[in-house]
Amino acid sequence: MATSQLQSTFQGTRDLPRWVSPLMLVGFFLTSFFLQSALASGADSVEINLVPVAVFGLLGYAVTLYVLSRIVEGVRKATDRLVTTLVSTAFALALIPLISLAYTVVTNGVARFDMEFFTFSMRNVVGEGGGALHAIVGTLEITGIATLISVPVGILAAIYLIEYGRGTIARLVTFFVDVMTGVPSIVAGLFAYALFVIFFGPGVRMGLGGAIALSVLMIPVVIRATEEMLKIVPNELREAAYALGVPKWLTVLKVVLPTALAGIATGVMIAIARVIGETAPLLLIAGFTASMNYNPFDERMMTLPVFVYTSYANQGVDMQAYVDRAWAGALTLMIIVMVLNLVARLISKYFSPKG
Amino acid sequence: MSKRIELKSLDVYYSSFLAVQDVNMVIEPKAITAFIGPSGCGKSTLIRTLNRMHEVIPGARVEGQLLMDGEDVYGPDVDPVRVRRQVGMVFQRPNPFPTMSIKDNVLSGYKLNNSKMSKTEAEELTEKALVGANLWNEVKDRLDKPGSGLSGGQQQRLCIARAIAVEPDVILMDEPTSALDPISTAAIEDLAVELKEKFTVVIVTHNMQQASRISDMTAFFNIAGTGMPGKLIEYDKTEKIFSNPGQQQTEDYVSGRFG
Repeated sequence: MATSQLQSTFQGTRDLPRWVSPLMLVGFFLTSFFLQSALASGADSVEINLVPVAVFGLLGYAVTLYVLSRIVEGVRKATDRLVTTLVSTAFALALIPLISLAYTVVTNGVARFDMEFFTFSMRNVVGEGGGALHAIVGTLEITGIATLISVPVGILAAIYLIEYGRGTIARLVTFFVDVMTGVPSIVAGLFAYALFVIFFGPGVRMGLGGAIALSVLMIPVVIRATEEMLKIVPNELREAAYALGVPKWLTVLKVVLPTALAGIATGVMIAIARVIGETAPLLLIAGFTASMNYNPFDERMMTLPVFVYTSYANQGVDMQAYVDRAWAGALTLMIIVMVLNLVARLISKYFSPKG
Repeated sequence: MSKRIELKSLDVYYSSFLAVQDVNMVIEPKAITAFIGPSGCGKSTLIRTLNRMHEVIPGARVEGQLLMDGEDVYGPDVDPVRVRRQVGMVFQRPNPFPTMSIKDNVLSGYKLNNSKMSKTEAEELTEKALVGANLWNEVKDRLDKPGSGLSGGQQQRLCIARAIAVEPDVILMDEPTSALDPISTAAIEDLAVELKEKFTVVIVTHNMQQASRISDMTAFFNIAGTGMPGKLIEYDKTEKIFSNPGQQQTEDYVSGRFG
């Protein structure tokens, strides 16, 4: 008697079978699609707009599922289903631009994604052919130098702020890091340009200047990311090392940094990804050129974002050739960022504390 | 090696706040000394002054004298890092280094200080320290696995192995069993009793049974109220503290009437 009563208190209402929800989703989209096409054929047009199809399909699905679930399963589960639908829709909406962008770049970029693109510069090329080797080399060199400057400065600054900094100086540094995070990239370019004009005179163009401009943008990102990672290293580990008679600098170097390394590597990669697509500062200080230039300390240097911009903005006679090259450049840039992300994942997988 | 520790009118401050006032006591070598008392009475603060660990907190300082075999630990030329090499410490929560293997954790006192040692030396030392911490049989087949994969009690014994590997004179234990189950606690207690053959052992505990089981000397600390400094109320042989204490406060505490 008692047990059966207990059971009945815990027993809810019946659940909808698992296949109901996906089947309904497909059903409503198909219905919506056919309704639209029926309307469209009435209007004597073959084109079907997918946006209303999705909107009406989704609305029908959400409302019907809610009502059905409320009748069969009760209020709580109906609300759960409604919110699940809302959250999934938001997720899909967020994905649409991303997928659309990747799709557009790949389909448009693949036309010129060939050997010539990676082995030739644009020197003496008018119209078809040519490549972006000069821009790829420029981007890799300038971003590489920017990374070489920013990573040590950023990591050391973060170590200072977390492990050593006290009082006014630390607060000032934190404040300026916050300010620097918001510096518009063109201002960073102007800063680098103004700095180099002091030493080389007006009209200076140099890859190194681009690297300086990019590190101005990169350093605050590296500091922030490293700070966050150092903060989550448990204090007990520092104390454990101190208690073993390990000096503070060795504790930081051999206990704190290795523990945080995976996160720091990810942060650095994010910082690189943030600056590798910068156009404005590089346009200013690194300039643009159609020729190869391996030397970042002298003369104009092409970079991929600037290559994409100039190809698109200054189209020549065979317009399609220029547009194709711009897309191929964009695709290359995207692939570089993706490879960097993969490297970051490998690093964090390899170095993160096991256990 | 084990050393006698003498505290002479020791005051501990956090900035201007007096946390522990006027402690006078002699901690005997080759014995276990237990610090007991209610929360916030300054036991942990005091034990951390013994290896100058409290200095990690900004503004913490000490007045009075702390002598280790007659040598002033707070003397003007004393390097806190050198003190800590002679006074090992085990913390409340087991804290093995997550990036290191079990073996590297045991040797961390050397490795983190960039000391060079041969492979055989390292292996001998690892075995000796792990045997000393009663952990050898459980981990000898997985010395290269990460230390964080062990159970809580094993991790704590790993931390003890790490502390005794550098061959200190004194071992401080700040509530070493408060995060452990009774079986692991028993293992740590047995270990503490073995350790006193070679080291001066000081243990902070909230567990009065633990203090009465393993310690030779017991110090009872108390605090008059919030914001007041903690004081050493009574310090005597453990049997005396638990059977026939000289102070009413001590009797109230050990008989469970408060705290």
